[in-house]
Amino acid sequence: MTVPLALAGVQKSFAGKAVLKDLDLRVEAGEIFGVVGPSGAGKTTVLRVLDLLEAPDGGQVLFEDRALVPDSREALAQRRRMCLIAQNPAVFRASVFDNVAYGLRLRGVPPELVRGRVFSALEFVGLLDRADEVAARLSGGEQQRVAFARATVLRPDVLLLDEFTSNLDPANVRLLESATRRYRLESGCTVVIVTHNLFQAKRLADRVGLLLDGKFLEVAPTHGFFENPSRPETQAFLSGEMAY
Amino acid sequence: MLQIVALSLFVAGTSTLIGAVLGVPLGTMIALRRFRGRNFVRTLAFTFYGFPPVLAGLLVYLVLSHSGPLGFLGWLYTPLGMILAQAVLVVPIVAGVTISAVQVVERRLHETALTLGADERQWRSTAVHEARLGVLTAIMVGFGRAISEVGAVLIVGGNIAGQTRVLTTAIVLDTSEANYLEATVLGIILFVIAFIVFAALQRLQSEGVV
Amino acid sequence: MASGDITRSPPPFPRFALQWRVAFALAAVLIVAGLAFSVQSQTASSILLATTTSTRDTGLLDFLDPLFQADTGIQVQYVAVGTGQALDMAARGDADVAMVHAPSLELTFMARGEGLCRSSLMYNRFLIVGPASDPAGIRGLTNATDAFRRIWQTNSTFLSRGDNSGTNVKELAIWALVGHIPSTTNDSWYLETGQGMGATLTVASEKGAYTLSDDGTFYALESSLSLQILVAGDPFLFNQYHIIVVNPVQHPNVRANASLEYAHWLVSSRGQALIAGYEVAGHRLFTPNYNPNDPGVC
Repeated sequence: MTVPLALAGVQKSFAGKAVLKDLDLRVEAGEIFGVVGPSGAGKTTVLRVLDLLEAPDGGQVLFEDRALVPDSREALAQRRRMCLIAQNPAVFRASVFDNVAYGLRLRGVPPELVRGRVFSALEFVGLLDRADEVAARLSGGEQQRVAFARATVLRPDVLLLDEFTSNLDPANVRLLESATRRYRLESGCTVVIVTHNLFQAKRLADRVGLLLDGKFLEVAPTHGFFENPSRPETQAFLSGEMAY
Repeated sequence: MLQIVALSLFVAGTSTLIGAVLGVPLGTMIALRRFRGRNFVRTLAFTFYGFPPVLAGLLVYLVLSHSGPLGFLGWLYTPLGMILAQAVLVVPIVAGVTISAVQVVERRLHETALTLGADERQWRSTAVHEARLGVLTAIMVGFGRAISEVGAVLIVGGNIAGQTRVLTTAIVLDTSEANYLEATVLGIILFVIAFIVFAALQRLQSEGVV
Repeated sequence: MASGDITRSPPPFPRFALQWRVAFALAAVLIVAGLAFSVQSQTASSILLATTTSTRDTGLLDFLDPLFQADTGIQVQYVAVGTGQALDMAARGDADVAMVHAPSLELTFMARGEGLCRSSLMYNRFLIVGPASDPAGIRGLTNATDAFRRIWQTNSTFLSRGDNSGTNVKELAIWALVGHIPSTTNDSWYLETGQGMGATLTVASEKGAYTLSDDGTFYALESSLSLQILVAGDPFLFNQYHIIVVNPVQHPNVRANASLEYAHWLVSSRGQALIAGYEVAGHRLFTPNYNPNDPGVC
């Protein structure tokens, strides 16, 4: 059965140091897959490779079982079906509306349709009344909500979340987590979320993988991962006793 | 006097326009595209900031002279020649400041744009939009240089009454004839013009048009 | 409904893209309009005269040229630079006609075949001016060389233009006759301004120094200066002007016909009468002296 995303034997080094070593990953359609692990383990790199921002030194990146060459037209077409939301919102120097409309305009969506979709995405994150404000003037949490709207308005098949609530207060964390769940329900998209917040992983993910030493050491459904990990490293990591 | 002011604005304005039309895309490309020798080109652009205007004037003079390679154009001692000389000075300035403005954008937003599906051309457009304040500053600096420049326009224009005399060269003439009062009046007019232009741009900027 | 279509590449900020296009279009329109205007104003009949700053400063050209244009429809545009550069401009073909007052340089110019013809036009005078107190005691002398010698021997302050202008060249010629060419390093009383006649006179006035000046500039500024005419009338102080039409054989772009018309007009009885009648501050500056028997006249 084809899966939307997979990594097969992926290797990636930076400045001579190997970060991902012969890594395999299969993400099921429509699931929320959580990636946890120590800092510097390469979690962000996994997302960047999935989003075709980094070309792996070895191995393949597969979408529906088709390997894609980075920097090809196919890769661009595929990337337009995915969205990565990073830790820092990086809003453009424009209004909230123009920020959310950005991706739609890139794809040539006609202006009449753009309006409707932007307003609907803003309503989703509770920013409908702020549409005409300068995005840079919003608070950090509000900017991240703009970033979320900017991504989901495109109806991506895949959502890649890179510690996207790490900098936020609890209210915004809740709001965005709830928005993520709602979006997955309504669209059936696949989500890969990198987080160092284990509670968040428990709340959101269907399956969780531990990234250690450049590979996924253990991958299991959430309940089993947290309650009954099969690897001692997982246990050590979850209890906070892992030395690294 | 009105004719002198009008000519000043025409020459400085046109050379700034040329500077913008050539310098902004040039600066954007240098800032965003990776190519061999990029660092060298970047350093070259910044070096030309400090290119002495009189030297530019001399070189353009030699080129436009009837014994020079472009003499057939007949642009020496005409406003066209003056615009050419000033454009030579303004283009590197606009390009250089644009490079600085766009480079900052590059680091922050490139990946965000990519993840949202931008291709190379759309990214360049996004970068310029993001850096538009800096780009406007680049153009303003270029205009400031053009309107207050005297050496190149004097050499290439010849300060001909009613034809190539601008505010700065008129001031030089008045000073050499010891008409200090007239010279000061022209200088004040020059200052006021520059002030008005920059104030108008400042207004546009704060109103969020830019 | 995510679109993967990548055949089109529309701008992500359409209003901004529109603003840019409007600005570029406006720029293009302005540049083309300016070009057209410039080209149009150049096709009207005109000639370019290379002359010196001191000639410009007399105001004679601003008086004569409009009259010439009224008579013939030809506009005279002049560029005033140093004497050396004026002849150089003519040699390069950047001017159609030259009006200068440096006979030795002119003869070299003609010998090289750069000029089509050369006519004597007029002369004005140089004056030795200085403070009313006249520390060197030169007032009323009729010999410029004697006057300069006395200035040197009394170490009185003397201002030179020091800029290779026609006036400067004449000043150095007088010092050559004295037998002592002053230098700023060895002679503390000798100063160089490197500037035009007006500025030099102003500085001389403030310092109470002697200087050599052409009469036109002096009369024009006399009321604002505290200097007086001390020595005049020595024929060596005459400043002879010639009009030279540039040789079109060397430079085909030269508008020789219109330039010849200008030269002929200046040496005609009408032109010469106008020159004789020209006044600055109530003084007549120029003595017309066209001689049709000179070799190579226009």
